[in-house]
Amino acid sequence: MKKEELITKLKSIVKPYIQDEEAFNNLSEHTTFVGDLKINSANLVDVILDVEDEFDIRIENDEMERMLSVKAAMDIVSSKISA
Amino acid sequence: MTSKNILALLPYEKPFLFVEDLTVISEEGITGNYTFKETEYFYKGHFKDHPVTPGVILTECMAQIGVVCLGIYLMKDEISEILQPQIAMTSSQVDFFLPVFPREKVRVVSEKEVFRFNKLKCKLKMFNEKNELVCRGVISGMLRIPAPASSTDRKAGNL
Repeated sequence: MKKEELITKLKSIVKPYIQDEEAFNNLSEHTTFVGDLKINSANLVDVILDVEDEFDIRIENDEMERMLSVKAAMDIVSSKISA
Repeated sequence: MTSKNILALLPYEKPFLFVEDLTVISEEGITGNYTFKETEYFYKGHFKDHPVTPGVILTECMAQIGVVCLGIYLMKDEISEILQPQIAMTSSQVDFFLPVFPREKVRVVSEKEVFRFNKLKCKLKMFNEKNELVCRGVISGMLRIPAPASSTDRKAGNL
């Protein structure tokens, strides 16, 4: 999957849970879920579950702990869908 | 883990404890009861001269029985007297159908929807003694055990 396509998908997944509109509009690989988008910890779990559904993958506990930014999410998703 | 064990681990007390007993306990769901006493503090103001249990209290009762008690059961292998879970309600969506008056006993039936990465989301229903639906909804909470000293314990996981 192309990088842009992946970012677009992630962007639509996080949209319902973000608090910071401006950070969302300027979303890039470097955007962090909690720090920039102000997603709360419960909604972060929702993001992970939605990512699992969207890409038909399973995220493990240690991966969840690493999934702090758009870049980290992209890396984890890419490694799983290409596996 | 019995009803008594779970109740002993609840972090609430009077006047904000809304669990009396648990009748069904499983990995998939939990059922419990609470009787609203005539002397509950909120009846003094809700409403003036006309006591009715506030919706937020019914929501809290469903959360304590359906989410917190179930959560304690689901995390039973990690919980102990010294390692009690930190709890936060993170969302609630509840529809109300009937009022609950002082001295009424309610039964809360909770069904686990998802429990992953410390988040427990449940589908809940509350019934009165006539078995009529009082309210129903979906409530989520985060339950976390403070990290113990040993890191191998932490890896025990709680999916």
